[in-house]
Amino acid sequence: MSVKQISVFLENKPGALKAMTSVLAENEIDMRAFSLAETSDFGIARIIVDDVYKTTTVLKDAGFVHNLTPVVGVVLPDVPGGLDQVLEALAAAQVNIEYMYAFLGGKKDAAYMIFRVADDAKASAALTERGIRLVEADELANL
Amino acid sequence: MERYYQPEIETASREQITAWQSERLVRQVRHVWDNVPYYRKKMEEKGVTPEDIKGVEDLRKLPFVSKADLREAYPYGLVAEPLKNCVRIQSTSGTTGKRVVAFYTQHDVDLWEDCCARALVAAGATDEDVCQVSYGYGLFTGGPGLNGGSHKVGCLTIPTSSGNTERQIMFIRDLNATILCCTPSYAAYLGETMKEMGLTPGQIPLKAGIFGAEAWSEEMRRDIEKTLGIKAFDIYGLTELSGPGVAFECSAQNGMHINEDHFIAEIIDPETGEVLPDGQQGELVFTSITKQAFPLLRYRTRDVCVLSHEKCSCGRTHVKMAKPRGRTDDMLIIRGVNVFPSQIETVLLNLGYGANYQIIVDRVNHTDTLDVQVEMTSEMFTDNMGEIAKRQKQIVDGLRSMLGLAAKVTLVAPKSIVRSEGKAVRVIDNRKI
Repeated sequence: MSVKQISVFLENKPGALKAMTSVLAENEIDMRAFSLAETSDFGIARIIVDDVYKTTTVLKDAGFVHNLTPVVGVVLPDVPGGLDQVLEALAAAQVNIEYMYAFLGGKKDAAYMIFRVADDAKASAALTERGIRLVEADELANL
Repeated sequence: MERYYQPEIETASREQITAWQSERLVRQVRHVWDNVPYYRKKMEEKGVTPEDIKGVEDLRKLPFVSKADLREAYPYGLVAEPLKNCVRIQSTSGTTGKRVVAFYTQHDVDLWEDCCARALVAAGATDEDVCQVSYGYGLFTGGPGLNGGSHKVGCLTIPTSSGNTERQIMFIRDLNATILCCTPSYAAYLGETMKEMGLTPGQIPLKAGIFGAEAWSEEMRRDIEKTLGIKAFDIYGLTELSGPGVAFECSAQNGMHINEDHFIAEIIDPETGEVLPDGQQGELVFTSITKQAFPLLRYRTRDVCVLSHEKCSCGRTHVKMAKPRGRTDDMLIIRGVNVFPSQIETVLLNLGYGANYQIIVDRVNHTDTLDVQVEMTSEMFTDNMGEIAKRQKQIVDGLRSMLGLAAKVTLVAPKSIVRSEGKAVRVIDNRKI
């Protein structure tokens, strides 16, 4: 079970990120989660949005290079040790994490995290087995 | 008192020079006609036979040779001697990755080294001097050429080759090098480094330098002369013709004497091929009249410059060429290396990138920099930063093996490279030369 993240290539220069967010704003796209990875000359904006199809279409029209990356969305209790529990499950299943980021879902007592892992199915199974709830695309869209 | 390596040649009368040129040209045309089918065919196509060439005044009857001919005839097609008579090759990069390979007999090497020796003596070198050759040794002609010239003059020669600045400076200081041969940008870099080390020109034993293989300005000359406390001399050459020493600067420092007993120079209109009168700017064309293994008749250098037959204060009588003012093709000279944009394009296309790239050349701290900007494509993009870095490195490695140069590769957004009339602007040269 995975969620579709849109990864967008950006140059690392003033205004590059804004050019992308402007396209999203003009098309009334709501971002659920956002993370940025960068080197000195380029970066990758990773976004989870309410409407994946529309977003990829408008980004393509605006000339942005991007792709869809499957990621695993996880809901965890917003208490000390919450993340530790999730990582414990992934470590036990020998699932390597490429990157991860947290975002606010607007829910009290719950935190949301996105994991990019080497093996989605294995990660999902390991998490579900330990009673950790995964987030579906629908749920993310309606947060 | 001006000194010459071969005074009777270097100060010969115009009549004498013309007589040498005529005699040697006639012989050379016969030599290529007899030994190089490629040339014979070219001459036949133009309706010229060796009988038509009676002297230097008939030179313009001969067809031109260009880099395209060198590529077509690669590797042996223009060699005029049996390979058993050849003792050396030198090489330089050519268009689309095909290298230019030039062949030498021992006689060719000797004459080439004589030319370099003339340049060294014009710069003040004697057998009392210690000459450090910091040009690259190997396929590049800079190191071997000046090394041979330095031996001929009798200098104690230090063959440091290029790179390892710390060691270069150590040898200059410990062995009291008085003559330095390298690219002007490397000379400037050595000067800056020694200045940073707190060395004043008085503490640097160097007295003269011969700097070529790339373009440099009068300002740069003054800079180098000041920081190193030396006289800086220009030198010109092409691997196709032999290497450095085709022309060299004398004490007048206002143009380079072409070694006319070995090379006949012409200036032509690059569009029509018509020979232009003295003093007019055009493309420089050379005929090598003494080369045995790799003789070139009317070779188009693509360098734009002016010739002058005005009397020179140094007493040399050979014609002087001004510093080349540009190129008639898109070749760039970066850190002394010939670079064609098509070579960079080949590397990118081989790796699956599109032809949307831009080459930005600049000069930072007197050293040329090469930045290749490549537009990211959907096919090449991945969410994995490590994978992108790996692909970037593949391009850097590909460029290094194609050009022999370290380039910076920047991945840029699609359509971000400026296009003029639909075509991407390929080269931005920000160097102030």
